[in-house]
Amino acid sequence: MKVLGKYSFLLIFSVLGWNLIAQAPEHPVRQPVQQHAQPADAHPEKHIAPDNAAEHGKAAATGEHHGSNPCGHTTSEETVFNAGENAVHHILDANAIHIIGDLYFPLPCILYASGQGFTFTSTAAFQAHHHGNGTLAKDGYVLVHANVMRVQDPNFPKGAVDVGEPAHQEVTMPQGKIKTTYYTSYDGTCYALDTKTTYDGGILGGGVTSFSDFSITRNVFTMLLTAILLFFTFRSAARSATRNRGKAPKGLQNFIEPFYTFIRDEVAQPSIGPKYEKYMPYLLSAFFFILGLNLIGQIPFFPGSANVTGNISITIVLALLTFIISTFSANRHFWEHTLWMPGVPAVLKILILTPIEFLGIFLKPFTLLLRLFANITAGHIVVLSFVSLIFILGKSGTSIPGSIAGVAASIPLTLFMMALELLVAFLQAFIFTMLSATYIGAAIEEPEHH
Amino acid sequence: MYAAIGAGLAVIGAGIGIGQIGGKAVEGIARQPEAAGLIRANMILMAALVEGTALVCMVLSFFVAAP
Repeated sequence: MKVLGKYSFLLIFSVLGWNLIAQAPEHPVRQPVQQHAQPADAHPEKHIAPDNAAEHGKAAATGEHHGSNPCGHTTSEETVFNAGENAVHHILDANAIHIIGDLYFPLPCILYASGQGFTFTSTAAFQAHHHGNGTLAKDGYVLVHANVMRVQDPNFPKGAVDVGEPAHQEVTMPQGKIKTTYYTSYDGTCYALDTKTTYDGGILGGGVTSFSDFSITRNVFTMLLTAILLFFTFRSAARSATRNRGKAPKGLQNFIEPFYTFIRDEVAQPSIGPKYEKYMPYLLSAFFFILGLNLIGQIPFFPGSANVTGNISITIVLALLTFIISTFSANRHFWEHTLWMPGVPAVLKILILTPIEFLGIFLKPFTLLLRLFANITAGHIVVLSFVSLIFILGKSGTSIPGSIAGVAASIPLTLFMMALELLVAFLQAFIFTMLSATYIGAAIEEPEHH
Repeated sequence: MYAAIGAGLAVIGAGIGIGQIGGKAVEGIARQPEAAGLIRANMILMAALVEGTALVCMVLSFFVAAP
């Protein structure tokens, strides 16, 4: 059942994707607007393709400050619901936590740009409103979809500046990929925006840009919250454990102790062997931290809702800890059997065994980080896809029977998926701990003397 | 598109593997219910290892498809 649930997202997603392709209107390939385009109020229709003109005109008639924009589409103009974009937007990290409607929980922002130095501010300074877009720019930083972006142009005024709603343009690249660039407008001029630096070497998009973001983001906030919760839970459990020594457990201790004994007796002791006590603090911390984050990530409203263990940066760090611990505690026996297996012909060792085993050292933590990331992300995407059914069948609220059918289909499916995710939350925390213990156990295993 | 097909093929392999593990583990538990705990732990461990290969393939296909 677990396997079915995990891979069914591929199936569901392909079905949803096909629906959207069938429904989406043809977007013409747009030419990028030059950075210093003409004023916004001069001839806005000039850059607009004919089939979109009516849509833009309508937006201009209803809203005055974020209406027709020479920089491209704005969020308020979008009429077609995109389930894929919506799901990805909700599982990504952000600089603010969405509570309800236009209400955002502000978080501290620590931003660094070379030449400009550090900027300390808060998300509240951007005055986020609809869709998490800020109406104020601060020292060249603006808020787009609750994420901080920076104006590339050095001539952009410093301090708090009133800017309109950010706009974006899709440009089709030669390989058929679509690249989205965001623009903000100030005083009738379009400024291209930089996204924050990501250190993935541009493999997953992004790469090194003009600024870095060290903020307390949504994910960091949730991690701190989980750490504080775990600290108080365990302090209380430890206190009652020392007070009730030799007696029946009481209160929170009742809840924590079975997990503790399970990790000790079923995971650490059989996998690591007699020296398991040295590694218990790490295994317990990893288990409860992952479990806490998984469970808090399941809460669909304010203090939760952050997809922390489904963020690959966090799982990379967790797997790196396992890698460091298991590699540095490895003994001579482990290295001998990894790099120069005794009793195997030298040709085989050089050609096959040693390269594979050497790769295996790095593949083990790699699969560890991917397993946690992929499981949690897949679960969240499936839930969001089921919720999206309401908007897809209801055609974004224009069709009432469609909406009702969507709600009727969505509630049981979402409930089922949430229950499955609850199972996965425990299972993935257990598997991460179990495999960490196995890797450590393999590294410190003593040779058997015959 | 070819990357997606590759990911699908990798998942077929992992599916066969995990199916074998699950089937044999249940057979083992039916034959010797007293060893259920040990068999279950090993089953999860093996399933996780098989899953690892599928995950590596899926990520490789993401890298091919993404930039």
